Amino acid sequence: MDFELMANSFPKLLNAAVITLKLLSISLFVGLFIGLFFAILRLNKNIYINKFAYGYSYVFRGTPLLVQIFIIYFGLGQIEYFRSTFLWVIFKEPYWCAIIAFSLNTGAYTSEILRSAFQTIKPGIIEAGKSLGISKNIIFFKIQVPIAIRQSLPAYGNEIILMMKGTSLASTVTLMDLTGVAKYIISTTFKPIEVFIVAGGIYLFMTFIFHNLIKFLEKKYSF
Amino acid sequence: MSIFKKIIFSVLLSLLVIGNVNADKIRIGTEGAYPPWNSKNEAGKLIGFEVELAYTLCRYIGQQCVIVEQDWDGMIPALIMRKFDAIMAGMSITAERQKAISFSQGYADEVASLAVMKGSSLEGLDTPAGINLTKPNAAAKKALKTLTAALAGKTVCVQTATIHQNFLDSGDVGKVNVRTYKTQDEVNLDLASGRCDAALAAAVAFSDYAEKSGKPVVLTGPTFSGGAFGNGVGVGIRKDDTELLKKFNAAINKARKNGDISRIATKWFGFDASM
Repeated sequence: MDFELMANSFPKLLNAAVITLKLLSISLFVGLFIGLFFAILRLNKNIYINKFAYGYSYVFRGTPLLVQIFIIYFGLGQIEYFRSTFLWVIFKEPYWCAIIAFSLNTGAYTSEILRSAFQTIKPGIIEAGKSLGISKNIIFFKIQVPIAIRQSLPAYGNEIILMMKGTSLASTVTLMDLTGVAKYIISTTFKPIEVFIVAGGIYLFMTFIFHNLIKFLEKKYSF
Repeated sequence: MSIFKKIIFSVLLSLLVIGNVNADKIRIGTEGAYPPWNSKNEAGKLIGFEVELAYTLCRYIGQQCVIVEQDWDGMIPALIMRKFDAIMAGMSITAERQKAISFSQGYADEVASLAVMKGSSLEGLDTPAGINLTKPNAAAKKALKTLTAALAGKTVCVQTATIHQNFLDSGDVGKVNVRTYKTQDEVNLDLASGRCDAALAAAVAFSDYAEKSGKPVVLTGPTFSGGAFGNGVGVGIRKDDTELLKKFNAAINKARKNGDISRIATKWFGFDASM
């Protein structure tokens, strides 16, 4: 065990964890809106809208995240026509490709989590709102959405942790996130065990924080 | 002895035999993704200069060989952890790697070069045809200055953990935006897509890609050797494995004398890359 290497690589890896957290927070933020949007589509009675939303979550939950990143990064980059469109400004950058892939992926899972949460809301609660003469929109945003969010907290906490580990795939498209920097240090020191132990420790610590944050929220909003 | 015991006994015995058979063989690690040094054919079989050379060297050593596939970025750690006994993967002999493993004498040499897409502003740089960085002369120093100016702010792509990455990190061509990839294939893809302004690798890796893909990839600037680019490609061997190192050195001597190395090199590179 090369403890000196572990100590030396710690600050570099901690710095890289900032990129990991950036990727994670932006993807989760965008993914939450995508998820909410598709969850609402899933509750729609129109069969085509419903099937479209189902198809989206089916495709993105049914394929590996690595494949999704590769298609978005290396795949789209091979299409000459695509490179001539204005979209190439965004897709040229590995950072945005990673964010797009992560957001679409977590959006698919989030839509499923929220859909099932909406469906567990007892009809009586909505009827109670109606009988008080509250408008449909207010019932949705002030009653259904808050209950659904509370219901989905445990499952969403899991999704945050899964996504955090998923961001390690950003290193496959040249981004210097926590895993990317760990690999870089290994490429010059040839000591993977030491470096990956430190990197793993940082991931574990981030999981610890997220886990407790969700636990705190669950307690605070319990009913 | 009951039948049950007999079965267990025979299984254990066969495991022992299999273990011994494998222990006799030299396991050689290669990447299988760096043509023409080593690559895979359509059937997924490992082919290339080093695969053919490995079998030839093993014949001279008088031992059987198995060739093991290993991702490039884990090559040296895998050798140290005894997943195989030797590396033949286009790995240049550099001082940095020699801190971790030892190398046989070199069996082939390659020059590195920058590559760009046809029509790039980096095409046709005013530099000598080749520069040696071990003791850079005035012309080499001037070429590095030209490159520093040309590459300022540009994105240059390389495969991770290579001499090419080491060279860009060394600061000899100033501060360039270095992007690292797991395989050379991915470097080629991003060079063609325009995400990389230039790429740095073995010159043959680019000419091989240009030929097979039909993409307008052209070499630019000088070819590089010496310094961060090391002193030829050799067999990587664990430091404590001095016995095997001697065997490989002797085998390389014999193969060179009999013209085997230059024959195989000419077959795969199109020119004699042997040393």
